[in-house]
Amino acid sequence: MSERNLTYREALSEGLVQAMERDDSIFVTGIAVDYSSGIFGTTSEALRRFGPKRVFDAPAMENALAGIAIGAAAMGKRPVVVHPRADFAFLAMDQLVNLAAKWKYMFAGRAGSLPLVVRAVIGRGWGQGATHSQSLQSIFAHFPGIAVVMPASPGDAKGLTAAALAADHPTVILEYRTLYESTGPVAEDYYREEIGRARTVRIGKDVTIVAASQLVLEAIAAAKTLADMGIDAEIVDPRSIRPLDESAILASVRKTGRLIVADTSWSLCGFASEIAALAAERAFAQLRAPVRRITLPDCPAPVSYKLEEAFYPGAADIVNAAASFFGMAEGKETASNKLVGEFKGPY
Amino acid sequence: MTADRQTLLYLYRRLSYIRQAESLLVRLYKEQQMRTPTHFGIGQEAVAVGVCGALRQGDVVYTHHRSHNHYLAQGGDFFALASELYGRSTGCSEGRGGSVHLTARESGFIASSAILGEMVAVAAGSALAFKIDGETRVAVSFFGDATCEEGVFYETLNYAAIHKLPVLLVCENNLYSTESSLSVRQPPGTDLCARARAFGLSALSVDGNDVEAVYNAAEEILQNIRAGVGPTFLECRTYRWLEHVGPNYDHDMGRTYRQRAELEEWMARCPVKRCAAKLMESQAISEQEIARIEADFDAELEAAAAKARQQPFPDASDLFRNVW
Repeated sequence: MSERNLTYREALSEGLVQAMERDDSIFVTGIAVDYSSGIFGTTSEALRRFGPKRVFDAPAMENALAGIAIGAAAMGKRPVVVHPRADFAFLAMDQLVNLAAKWKYMFAGRAGSLPLVVRAVIGRGWGQGATHSQSLQSIFAHFPGIAVVMPASPGDAKGLTAAALAADHPTVILEYRTLYESTGPVAEDYYREEIGRARTVRIGKDVTIVAASQLVLEAIAAAKTLADMGIDAEIVDPRSIRPLDESAILASVRKTGRLIVADTSWSLCGFASEIAALAAERAFAQLRAPVRRITLPDCPAPVSYKLEEAFYPGAADIVNAAASFFGMAEGKETASNKLVGEFKGPY
Repeated sequence: MTADRQTLLYLYRRLSYIRQAESLLVRLYKEQQMRTPTHFGIGQEAVAVGVCGALRQGDVVYTHHRSHNHYLAQGGDFFALASELYGRSTGCSEGRGGSVHLTARESGFIASSAILGEMVAVAAGSALAFKIDGETRVAVSFFGDATCEEGVFYETLNYAAIHKLPVLLVCENNLYSTESSLSVRQPPGTDLCARARAFGLSALSVDGNDVEAVYNAAEEILQNIRAGVGPTFLECRTYRWLEHVGPNYDHDMGRTYRQRAELEEWMARCPVKRCAAKLMESQAISEQEIARIEADFDAELEAAAAKARQQPFPDASDLFRNVW
């Protein structure tokens, strides 16, 4: 399969379009999906190719829209509901958590399955602030029955989109704002990445960095600095929060004996804590140091650019955590990946 | 449009069957072997029977926590229902759902849910699928008057009207939400049909204890929906005889949120007896035939319930089945 470099948003679009070509039952809805801005351009090509019958706007009615997606999926459709800001998905939680997640189980599979996809944009952007930036992975992933994926690379953005659109369970795709302009190799043909399979992004022997979504890029930047310091970091991108590839994470932790978990949300009851608990329960004997969590400070997200800089963790935090394992001084200068600074609003 | 004699006889048989099925379940529930919160629908049967009786093959039904009437009216199997209440592997949801999560998809009864208003949106979603595919199928959602206090209800009305969805929204207005009367939930003089009309839906209110009236209304509405008029709201005024959840009368439990005299007024308007009286009046059926129908159903239902109780429980090794 030939590859070329695409942006993350182009890869999402291509994954959606190729899936829609193969499956007439897929339709896309949600606020702004047919705007010219097209959710960072990820739905524009689908609209151009398949028209307004398969890509159509919706009112701000997140709860009912989730129920409508369920009802359509129960009749054999594959709806994609897009939330341009994931925070609005809180309004859809009843339908998604109480019904979609449990549908197959509580009707013993006899009411059918629900192949629906929820795409939601998360994370830092342009002073998004407290209610336009939150990362909902641990909230969705808490409930059995919903898959939650967080593609970090263009290749995974396409492959996981295709996988979600072929799965027969509800899937939430969380897309980090600053990733849309990131680039990477993407195969031209249709392909699916397995949901529930981690990717080892960098092989190393001294410390394991489990990083999700945008923080994979930060971990890659951190690993370069760490290599200069003589620390060989391994980066594991879980890609899927539920189902979780526990064995890939454990294998890496057992090898390196040191674990840093970097997550785009808060620590308490969060994904980073889950991975720390996993290591403590199942790799305790191999751990040579306490697990370090790199997460959001325990306050809502601020708006001011200066406060954002203090709020969002980045490569430097990962470097410092790793350095502390080896008794090295913290404070090594490490720039975050440049996309964070280059992001332009207003979305 | 009016139901002919054959149709009315059919509707009567469904009413009688459901009344006896539910009465039997009420009796058995008191034995404490059905360990699932159960909301009995005695007194409200005509709504389910009238609407489901007017549906066609291919139409789909969703409902709420007081689900047995709709499940049975749509052709759901009583043995699978009794098994579900007993938590047995032969239950319609294999002991994973309980009374409030029933399914009989092969009969068009897709699912019920315990959270108010969920299925109103879900039915609209199925209707959207039918609309996209250019089908003439209709999706129906049954719900209670308290769902008209949920936000999702209004989101759905708005959306269904925008897209002219082929969905029939049937409100079983039984005056109470758990133990809360309409007076604490809706302003005086509230007209639910007027609310629906304000969103652009057609709306109609009928006597929900008159199966013929419900059937006739549903027949006409369904024809209009299939012709493309869009979503319709049907309010059926009715009354639940038993407590909100459980097998007892409120007065036997010392509850005073409603008066026994009110219940007795509504029991005098029993939908099953009214239908029987009408058929006897026109000599479509005799008292003896009614007694025989009841005896036949009784024997069939007793046997099915007894058989359900003999079934094995689900195997604990199957705990994780159907999570994905």
